[in-house]
Formats: sequence, C-alpha cells, structure tokens
Amino acid sequence: MDRQAVESAPDAEADWPDRIYDLLKQYNVRQVALVPDAGHSRLIKRCLADNTLRVVTLTTEEEGVALMQGAWLGGERSVLLMQSSGVGNCINMLSLSSIHRTPMPMIITMRGDFGEFNPAQIAMGQATQAVLEAMGTIVHRADRAADVAETVEATLKLAYNTFRPTATLLGQRLLGAKTFGKD
Amino acid sequence: MVKLGASGKLDRRDLTRVLLADRGGLLVVAGLGAPAWDISAVDDGPQNLPLWGGMGGAAMIGLGLALAQPDRTVLVLTGDGEMLMGIGSLATIAHQKPRNLAIVVQDNEHYGETGMQETATRHGTDLVKMAEGAGIQRLMLVTEAADVPALRRAVYANEGPFFAVVKIDPASLPLALPPREGAILQARMREHLMGPGAHLA
Repeated sequence: MDRQAVESAPDAEADWPDRIYDLLKQYNVRQVALVPDAGHSRLIKRCLADNTLRVVTLTTEEEGVALMQGAWLGGERSVLLMQSSGVGNCINMLSLSSIHRTPMPMIITMRGDFGEFNPAQIAMGQATQAVLEAMGTIVHRADRAADVAETVEATLKLAYNTFRPTATLLGQRLLGAKTFGKD
Repeated sequence: MVKLGASGKLDRRDLTRVLLADRGGLLVVAGLGAPAWDISAVDDGPQNLPLWGGMGGAAMIGLGLALAQPDRTVLVLTGDGEMLMGIGSLATIAHQKPRNLAIVVQDNEHYGETGMQETATRHGTDLVKMAEGAGIQRLMLVTEAADVPALRRAVYANEGPFFAVVKIDPASLPLALPPREGAILQARMREHLMGPGAHLA
C-alpha cells in the first residue's frame, strides 16, 4: 500500500496550514512545541523557516505542556502541535495549567477518527476529546478547511485571554486527502 | 563550605543555601517535593517557582523560561526521581542549547516524599552519563563539599546548557512549604520580570 494512504496529510493545495501560521504570527506566539505529525508537516515547515519562532521538537508531548508553562512564566506565548495519540502523553502534565492558570493552546491533528486505516489509532483517537475535557480543556473541532482559521483563532484567544488549556482538533475528514507524494 | 549529613554526603538544604546565596537575578524552578521545600526554606520569593505537581516537567519549564528570558540565568533544581521521569527532556534541551539554563539534580537515590523507595540511581543509573548521551556538553558530578564552589560558578556562568548531579544525604529535612496557590506563584514571577503589566497581558 502507498504509505500516503497510511499517514493522513493535507493535500498540497490546501492552504489552511498557512492560515494557522498567520494566526501564530498575529497572536505573537514565540515558542512552538511539537512532536511531528504528517498533518502538521506544512505548518512545521513554515515555523522552521521563521527565525522569530522558536521551534522546540519534543521527545514526548508532555514536555510541550511543561514548556508552555515556562514560556508563559517568562512572558512569552507558546503553542503545542501534536497528533491525537500524543494527547494521552499529556494528561497529568496538563494539571500545570490548572495549578497556575497558564494559557496552553494545542492544535491537534486527529487519527483514529474519520475513515482510519490503522486499528492502533482508534483507542486514543476516540478518547482524545474526552481526555482533554476531563483535564479542563476547552475543545473545538474543525472538519472542513473553511472552518480551520476561525476555530484555531478561537482556541488561541480562549487560552491567552482566559488562562487555561484549549484545543482545536483538526479532523481526519479534513486531513484525510491522500497526497500521493506531492508534499 | 557546605555541611555534610549523617551519611557523609552533602546536606541538601545547605547546598541549596550556597547555590542561592547572593543570587542576583537568578530564577529558580524547583521540582516537586524536597527541592521545592529547600528553595522555600532558603529564600522564598518571586524569583522562585516551587512546583507542587507536574512531575517530570521541571527541566522543560526551565527551558521555556530560559528561552523567554535569555538575559536571566535559570536554575532547575530537582530530584533524581523527578529527573528520571522527564529524562527525554535532556535531549530536547541539548538540541535547543540554551546558554542560560542550568539543571542541578539533588540525587539522594530515593523517592523521598513517598516512603524512601530506592530510585534507579541507587542501582547504577548514571544521570550524568545520560545527560552526556543526550548531547549536553557541560556536565559535573559533585560528591565532595570542595566541588561546590565550582558547581556554583558553572550554574552562574551562562555557558550552558549545564547539567550536574550532586550526591546528597538522604535525610528528610523539616518541611518548608511555599504558597500552595499556584496562580500566585506564577503571577509573582511574571510581575517580577515584567512589572504590573504582566497581569494585563
């Protein structure tokens, strides 16, 4: 099987990753923590090419939660990019936000969601929203390209204005277009 | 000179006192448990973030703070159990190369808050070698009081990332609790760094 059919990644023509990048700039985000995901690959490239953004590639997603705590402590805004499976790695560390009232916006590409191929992705994918909400995160979903920018903007605003964990889930219906090696 | 405990190893609180004496602008993140009590006993205030939770996250909180405040020296003071839980963060930190970040592990080879169960460092795990393997180049293992002045110089040198393990006496010392309201702990450091405008951000 074509590996592009296994990993969900946006079509090379889709420009919503660029809209997310624009929002990171507009909201003065300075630290971008991430564990790579195919669905975020275009956004990650944009961030890496920008010298005013510090991209911090993590060994596990919970490191990104702690990094966001430290960034805010020092007066910088940050964001965490990850795949839905990484949400499970963050659970206890998210308590830092409720302890200290720290903005922690997360932009999460879904697996185990709409038309998943890999059985191993289902358990965490189906639990992602419930797990985030159980830890006090306000969760929004975007399943259509036209909804991505306003949903991510709401996630950033809610985090920075109301001091809590927030998340946008980018659904597999949005990500699932096969790229056939274009990107 | 740092005092020694009954085991002949360094006294954790006296070590903390020496590291934080005349600290200038030094910011300190302390891992949950005894390191948080240590910094609170020695010098509580807005330049400290004593952690009540987030086990395994102290070094990464230090990284985020060090990147946001490149003109300040940031010390992460934590225990061996806390460092082991977040050991992958050493690779992340080595990759980012923050010159102003120092991590000092007070290694008593036990989980001190939960009944003194032994950690892996009691059984041969070498955190200095793990940090070296992660790619951190400035390293120190401290077992003698005579090494502490050099440790202190390295913490304040801003030639990091710097990582040290100090073998300490395992005695549990009197509790010295910092404020338990985390919003205050965060806000007081933000106000210290950015002034009252921090609360309007």
